[in-house]
Amino acid sequence: MDHSFEIRKHVRTYIAVFVALLALTIVTVAISYLHLEVRAAVTVALIVAVIKGGLVAAYFMHLISEKKIIYASLLLTIVFFAALMWLPIFTTSDPIMYNNVP
Amino acid sequence: MEIPYTVDARPDTGLYNAKLGIWLFLASEVMLFGALFTSYILLRVGAPVWPRGSEILNVPLATINTVVLISSSITMVMSWASLKMKDFKKYRVFMGLTFLLGVAFLVIKSFEYGAKFEHHLFPSNNTFFAIYFTLTGLHGLHVIGGMIVNAYFWGPGSRMWKTDPERFTNRVEVAGLYWHFVDLVWIFLFPVLYLL
Repeated sequence: MDHSFEIRKHVRTYIAVFVALLALTIVTVAISYLHLEVRAAVTVALIVAVIKGGLVAAYFMHLISEKKIIYASLLLTIVFFAALMWLPIFTTSDPIMYNNVP
Repeated sequence: MEIPYTVDARPDTGLYNAKLGIWLFLASEVMLFGALFTSYILLRVGAPVWPRGSEILNVPLATINTVVLISSSITMVMSWASLKMKDFKKYRVFMGLTFLLGVAFLVIKSFEYGAKFEHHLFPSNNTFFAIYFTLTGLHGLHVIGGMIVNAYFWGPGSRMWKTDPERFTNRVEVAGLYWHFVDLVWIFLFPVLYLL
């Protein structure tokens, strides 16, 4: 296998990802000028950010072709991260606090 | 004693040790920033009023900073790819650019901070500025940490290229993984703090 040729192919991908990231940055800023209502604005901004983050992780961090043990540890991280993000929702379902608010 | 598996993959993980090490470290970093993001949500949901970031923060400067960090990610990955292609000169150029883009990010950030301080806006003003300065400050510290490592690999650390090129290439890959993570965090910080 020509190793150098492989890397050159990767370089073309990196440049394509770079251009996509720049374009998505413009998209995020442009959407913010539409002054959508908060729920829609949050949803759209997070979708674009997840796509951008996914591109960085998949290509720049080579997650698209990684070993199983890294996927396994990241899966565990995602589970715990999701639990953290759910914490604010758990607090709003706290019956003691919410029943005592005048 | 020689450190094992700096170049060759460990049979059970299929990776050189530093790579698994950096990923485990990044997992802990996800939880660190995750804790602050969830604090942001709690503070925002619990606040009677919450400002739109775009009304009190400088969106054009933050947009430029986003482009700067994205650019630094491509130069970082190119520095690693240059080593893979055995082109040390190109590596020095790309790694140097990565460092300079880090400097540019911090300079722009310091202008932003300076403008806030001039208007007497501090973390103690309200919960918005408290979480804004905490998140961006912690991210800035990560940028500084990455720049120190990158500067070392650009300068004195690059001597290893002559003695153990494969190990050096792996070191640069690991530094790159960290740097891309710092970029990734900013990709989320930017819309959350500045645009929503």
